[in-house]
Amino acid sequence: MGKAFAVLVTLITLVSIAFFFLHTWWLPPNISTTGRAVDHQLEETLIGTGVLFLAGQLMLGWFAWMASGKSKDAPAKRFPGGAASLVVTAILVVGIEILTLTFVGSKAWGAIYLTPAEPGALRVDVQAEQFAFYFRYAGPDGQFGGIHPEKIDDGSGNYFGLDPANDVAARDDIVVGSLVVPVNRPISLTLHSKDVGHSFYVRELRMQQDFVPGLDIPLHFTATQVGKYEIVCTQLCGLGHYNMKAYLEVMSEPDYEQWLKTQAGQ
Amino acid sequence: MNRKLLCLLPAAAVIFYSVTAGAETPTPPGGATISGKVTYTGTPPKMKPIDMAKEPTCAKQHATPVMTENVTTGPDSSLQYVVVYISEGDQGSAPPSETVRYDQRGCQYLPHVLPMQAGQVLQIFNDDQTSHNIHPLAKVNPEWNKSQPAGSLPIDTKYDKPEFIPVKCNIHPWMHGYFVVLKTSHYAVTGQDGSFSLKGLPAGKYTVSAWQEQYGTQTQEVTVGGSETKTVNFTFKALPY
Amino acid sequence: MNEVSTHPVAHQHTAPTGFIRKYVFSLDHKVIGKQYFGLALVSVFIGMVLSWLLRIHLAYPDYHIPLLSKLSATGAPGGVMTPEYYLSLLTMHGTLMVFFVLTNAPFAAFGNYFLPIQIGAEDMAFPRFNMMSFWTTFAAFVVMMASFFVADGPPISGWTAYAPLSAVGGDAGPGLALGQDLWAISIAIFCIASLLGALNFIATTLDLRARGMSLMRMPYSTWAWFVTSVIALLAFAVLLPACVLLILDRVAGTSFFIPAGLVLSDKLQAHSGGSPLLWQHLFWFFGHPEVYIAILPSIGIIATILPVFTRRPFLGPKALIGSMVAIGFLSYMVWGHHMFVSGMNPFSATIFSIPTLIITIPATIMTLLLTGSLYGARMRFDTPALFCLGFISVFISGGISGFYLAQPSLDTYLHATYFVVAHFHFVMAVASLFGVFAGTYFWFPKMFGRMMNETLGRWHFWLTFLGVYCVFMPMHYLGLVGNVRRYSAFVDDYLAPLIPVHRFITIAALLTGAAQLIFLWNLIWSRFRGPVASENPWEATSLEWSTTSPPPFDNFGGKHPVVNHGPNELGMDGPDGTDFLMQTAPPKNS
Repeated sequence: MGKAFAVLVTLITLVSIAFFFLHTWWLPPNISTTGRAVDHQLEETLIGTGVLFLAGQLMLGWFAWMASGKSKDAPAKRFPGGAASLVVTAILVVGIEILTLTFVGSKAWGAIYLTPAEPGALRVDVQAEQFAFYFRYAGPDGQFGGIHPEKIDDGSGNYFGLDPANDVAARDDIVVGSLVVPVNRPISLTLHSKDVGHSFYVRELRMQQDFVPGLDIPLHFTATQVGKYEIVCTQLCGLGHYNMKAYLEVMSEPDYEQWLKTQAGQ
Repeated sequence: MNRKLLCLLPAAAVIFYSVTAGAETPTPPGGATISGKVTYTGTPPKMKPIDMAKEPTCAKQHATPVMTENVTTGPDSSLQYVVVYISEGDQGSAPPSETVRYDQRGCQYLPHVLPMQAGQVLQIFNDDQTSHNIHPLAKVNPEWNKSQPAGSLPIDTKYDKPEFIPVKCNIHPWMHGYFVVLKTSHYAVTGQDGSFSLKGLPAGKYTVSAWQEQYGTQTQEVTVGGSETKTVNFTFKALPY
Repeated sequence: MNEVSTHPVAHQHTAPTGFIRKYVFSLDHKVIGKQYFGLALVSVFIGMVLSWLLRIHLAYPDYHIPLLSKLSATGAPGGVMTPEYYLSLLTMHGTLMVFFVLTNAPFAAFGNYFLPIQIGAEDMAFPRFNMMSFWTTFAAFVVMMASFFVADGPPISGWTAYAPLSAVGGDAGPGLALGQDLWAISIAIFCIASLLGALNFIATTLDLRARGMSLMRMPYSTWAWFVTSVIALLAFAVLLPACVLLILDRVAGTSFFIPAGLVLSDKLQAHSGGSPLLWQHLFWFFGHPEVYIAILPSIGIIATILPVFTRRPFLGPKALIGSMVAIGFLSYMVWGHHMFVSGMNPFSATIFSIPTLIITIPATIMTLLLTGSLYGARMRFDTPALFCLGFISVFISGGISGFYLAQPSLDTYLHATYFVVAHFHFVMAVASLFGVFAGTYFWFPKMFGRMMNETLGRWHFWLTFLGVYCVFMPMHYLGLVGNVRRYSAFVDDYLAPLIPVHRFITIAALLTGAAQLIFLWNLIWSRFRGPVASENPWEATSLEWSTTSPPPFDNFGGKHPVVNHGPNELGMDGPDGTDFLMQTAPPKNS
């Protein structure tokens, strides 16, 4: 029994690690300036935990193997160093790992969440609602109109609750269903929710941020690669949660200007 | 003498019934018509293109983006999707046995405005490859909210009280329509040219109402005789915002 | 054996007569323990069937599941789940499993049965409270199950019930009306039951230990139940008011969790001033200690059982107990790691991640002690032992994935993906449950006087051990791709190609689930036809093995045991050619 367990646990461990190692199912390429640090952190953690995983499971398997089929008269051995050696090993190994990961990881985290957006970043207002994302650009006047929840009317396309009749700044606001941005330019998002909690997740940006009703939450990034990427909702928001998404379209600067002009004309 | 009359009676009966029963179309209850056009003055708001990017199976069904429909105009300042109906003076009738049909296709509600009689059966179809979640926001009638996965059977329902019910889809926020539940069987929805025609009215005095989803209701009174056709026009004041 | 004892008698009631008093409204902690076990057994099978339904829907969305439309005609017309019904079943799966299985089975069931016996007491300190806590739990269960039968069905907001989705009522969509009210009421009732239970465990452990049973001589399972009770007392004390506030927001128009200006179903909500994050803080302040409530008793059970089969003392009892206490203490400092991207101050995320990573140290110590206890042993590989080995393996797997989620910089990618689902299922659904399995096979003879079938037990172990790895290891890979959790269908561009992986998981889950029927059959068959068990079939040392199988009404037949040893006296020259000393054996120098 012990030998069978040892063989099985070893097999499971090796097969599991193989899939991690081979990147069979893996993250999409990173397109964000802050994403590289996250990927680096992930690599470090994979190596560190991979060693612990391998060591732990193999040690378990080895001891189980050794514990089976022993004759009754073989002298019982005690783990060398006893409990004390294990406690010290745990504290040292795990402790060092923790310190390293925290120190390096806090930089990756800080770059995304603890630094403000660059001044002059392109501002986009993001609204999450059951079950779509809408994005608002300030338009040619460079100013965002005020938001009035009582004026929200999805049927007429007034998702944000703008009041163009009385609010001049709102008249040229551009409201679209995709987040269109120019490549290599800092983008500053402000996230707010119309109804319940939602979340903004773009895998290629290595970023995730919840929308909290009642709060306006900042999130900024710079995309380094042209392309079309999915923004998906990751906080359970009701029945349509699975179908709540938008596209992040990163365009070249000229394409973006062209797009902006077309939108402003509508 | 009496015997001859008696022999004639069955013949008379046969002739009477054949004349009446043999008629191909039943005599209409009344023959008057109220028709007209609904137009606007002023500047209506620009309709916005609907971005269906989040639902690719629907987006690809439209070569050009569909527009919002809250104020749909046509040539010569006409207004489409205005429901014109008899609000007073009508005897009222039992709901017809035909069903009315509402389709969800290309992530749009078709028709945008669906009038029906109170008590008439309504069938809602999902013709799309995506799940829809139909939520008629009734206040007088019971409010309900149901998912309709792709390929599922139509939903059968009915509304017993007259009401203007906005309809929305939770999953696709741009989808927007109306169930207009009416007491009367005399109603019409204006088309692209803004015209309407209420036929088969018995002679009498009526109040005609025209309802546009953004601009509300206007009424006019009109009296029609036996087979008269009277023109009643409605004009709504449009604002750019 | 010295039989004089001066400790207070636990209760003055006499042996019960009559069916109701004996088996229904019993004051006997053993009956109550079995009642909890039965409730947990029913809950786990319902929860497991729910998981099958969820997995089938994910992998084969067009498949018409037979009989499902009978359970809910609106929820599953023609046997195909609506998106909201999927979320309802998901919510009930999580709720039943976390509350009614993982808090009930390792803690309330085994703890109730064995804590008094292991410390040498006749019963719990407050037998009436004990009876009340079971029947209150049962009432909570009934209220929870009622949500299946109301018009809108069970709630769809997940077992975490985040506000404002859970707080605004029916305007937030189908599945958030009466079902959510029943959920909140049920959980509030459950909290009351758990508080009563925790108080009882603490008082019993501190006051009713037999003579010679010092704290350091208590079996590790008792220690685990004791530490868990302290955690539970503080944790449920926070969840109860949170549920009350939620109910008030829903029915009394208050706004604890709902800010102003929300528009749902085209209606401007008449609330203002509340904070959705407040719910998250309250919930996770309970929720994180809760997961340690789920795992610690199983760790204690495994640590108690393993030495019996290695025939060696446990390596490092003091370190084990110290680690349990450390985990209990640290468990209150880490709740924010569920909220790294929640919108709370991101600097708090850095602060919370530090104790989260530190808590891996006592967890690693315990894992190493368990593994080290195998070193050089001559092991008896009966079924309880197999589940001990399995526990160590799955606890390692589950703990390792915790390292990733403890770091905010990685959580920004992995939060709300299947990586999280893999992590908590490994530690809770698998590791904790392995502790329950081990405890069942180990203690069944004591509870019912009969042995469970060993062949069936082995089949159960091997199939389950392989099966759970096939179900939950692939979820890590899905998480690395960014597969979002709580989705009722995979329609996004990057998700559709992952469906073959989901199919593999679904089939593995169905097969592993089927293997649990072996366990169920074994339980039922052995209860009536298993070979009769002796007093101490495993040659174990703790006090429950010094009395009959099953124990008499007052546990020790009128005797008051006196304890002279800890539970660790294994693997030496014992009396009568045995290799162990029971805790009640005479002192070594006598």
